[in-house]
Amino acid sequence: MLQVKNLLVSFGELIALFVQRFEVADKELRVVIGPNGAGKSTLMDVLCGKTQPNSGSALFNGVELIGKSELEIAELGVGRKFQKPSIFDGLTVYDNLLLGLRCKKDVFHSMFFRLSPMQRDKLMFTAERVGLKDHLNVKAGALSHGQKQWLEIAIVLLQDPKLLLIDEPAAGMSDSETKKTGDLLIELGKEHSVIVIEHDMHFVEQIAQEKVSVLVRGSILTEGTFQQVKNDPDVIGCYLGSPDSAQMRNMRV
Amino acid sequence: MKKDTITYGIFLLIFLVLMPLGNMCGLIETNTLSLWGRYLCFAIAALGVDLIWGYTGIMTMCHAFFFCMGAYGLGMYLTITNLPAGQMVPDFMSWNAVTSLPLFWRPFSTLAGAIITSALVTVLLGMVSYFIFRRRIKGVFFAIITQAMALALFLLFSRNETMLGGTNGLTNFRYLCGLDLYDPQVKVGIYIATVVVLALMFALSSAIVRSKFGRVLVGIRDSESRLRFTGYNVSHYQTAVFVIGALIAMVGGMLYLPQTGIVTPNRMDVTASVEMLIWVALGGRGNLKGAVVGALVVNLLYNLFTSLIPEAWPYMLGLMYVVTVLYLKRGLLGLFSDMLSRIKKKKVCCK
Repeated sequence: MLQVKNLLVSFGELIALFVQRFEVADKELRVVIGPNGAGKSTLMDVLCGKTQPNSGSALFNGVELIGKSELEIAELGVGRKFQKPSIFDGLTVYDNLLLGLRCKKDVFHSMFFRLSPMQRDKLMFTAERVGLKDHLNVKAGALSHGQKQWLEIAIVLLQDPKLLLIDEPAAGMSDSETKKTGDLLIELGKEHSVIVIEHDMHFVEQIAQEKVSVLVRGSILTEGTFQQVKNDPDVIGCYLGSPDSAQMRNMRV
Repeated sequence: MKKDTITYGIFLLIFLVLMPLGNMCGLIETNTLSLWGRYLCFAIAALGVDLIWGYTGIMTMCHAFFFCMGAYGLGMYLTITNLPAGQMVPDFMSWNAVTSLPLFWRPFSTLAGAIITSALVTVLLGMVSYFIFRRRIKGVFFAIITQAMALALFLLFSRNETMLGGTNGLTNFRYLCGLDLYDPQVKVGIYIATVVVLALMFALSSAIVRSKFGRVLVGIRDSESRLRFTGYNVSHYQTAVFVIGALIAMVGGMLYLPQTGIVTPNRMDVTASVEMLIWVALGGRGNLKGAVVGALVVNLLYNLFTSLIPEAWPYMLGLMYVVTVLYLKRGLLGLFSDMLSRIKKKKVCCK
């Protein structure tokens, strides 16, 4: 599905990202963890066309993503959810979803767009899935933080992406919201390939199905199951820190 | 929805029925009617500004130029058709020793030709914006570029060598398709046509706003990058709305000319474009009704002030802008609806 090789991103002198090998299989839910500034978001920025790397390749179903525009990458089937909710505040939830819906998106088709019953069903189904069915006529800007995160996931989902890039979905959510988000992601992992960036180790434990990748100082430190990664002395040293560090304490609670 | 229908009904009743009736009964002078006709032309242009700035969030500072494209286009047609018998070129050309009509004037010798050519030039010039949008230039930078364009075009139109009448502009026409423009009945007719066209343009603009295309425009204002990652070619949309707005302004300019009888480059200078922004800001951005109300209110005040204390007008305009920016983010209409909801709340409390 996705094969990243020798990807190098540097900002001036600083090497932000150097990934030699990173692969995600079809319908895999992959969690990427790592300390602040490890290059997690940069990796996603490169994959969705926001940042151009210095060198390297990222093959998506055999198609090279590097050098393509955000638009082309989106059309290929890569959907991105940002860390800070990026939605259309001035539009209703319904209109937000409408803009996400997969269809011809050129100027002409938008001017004379009519929603087909099938598209309407799909829109409603997705709205229900993220728990926004009762808020369709609410301005997106008036939603709670958690709902905004879900709305953005729904917008991305309606594009029918093959690969979902999800950046810290649970940031700023309450415990129950986090749990719901985790359930949603696990479900999505059965239909799409999903890459999730996450900080919260509780949340990682909930959603990690197969592999967890640890990114430290721009490179992949190790990959493995949650248990393997959690007990890896290198990971503890670099990221989780001493047994008394905040991350570890969180895990014990 | 129902409330809107009533508002439109009242608007049309006043401007389409009561005002012409008042004119017939001798209560309203024909010149006053023409003055309102001109304001309504500005309101048409304001609709275009609102689509571009209010809905899409692109600050355009050359909109008055597109307004003038319509005025100049029709002006050229009128200049040609109003030439005294036997005269080949207008006076301002013969003073410059030009003996035959320049090539670019030829398409303007028929009304249809004039309208089509003006529209084509407007579309082409509007599409130049694509090269700016493609570079993802927006906000203040886009405003500055369009301002520079407005100034350059103003200077170009002011030159005698451009063959468009220089700083004096185009004037001295009496007949439009055989109709005497000085005839009061014709004046009333053009006024009514203006109201009808404004209504049509309003209907068109609201259809645009309601369509998915309109939603995308608001999306551009709110989160351009989200749209790109969702698969929309944002610069195409920006260019499209810019061209549509320009065309709407051009229509306004075409109706404006026969009601003033003159168009000069002053109509397209930078301040004219900035003034258009003030209309929309004062009326209420992102609200088509606001654009119309803003254009009418500012021009009415302009008329009032320039006849009472002419020196005070620029200060008044500046003050209005400052007050709008500081206190009226949603314009007069926003203020109005806030007050309405407050009254409603009070009523509920009292019960």
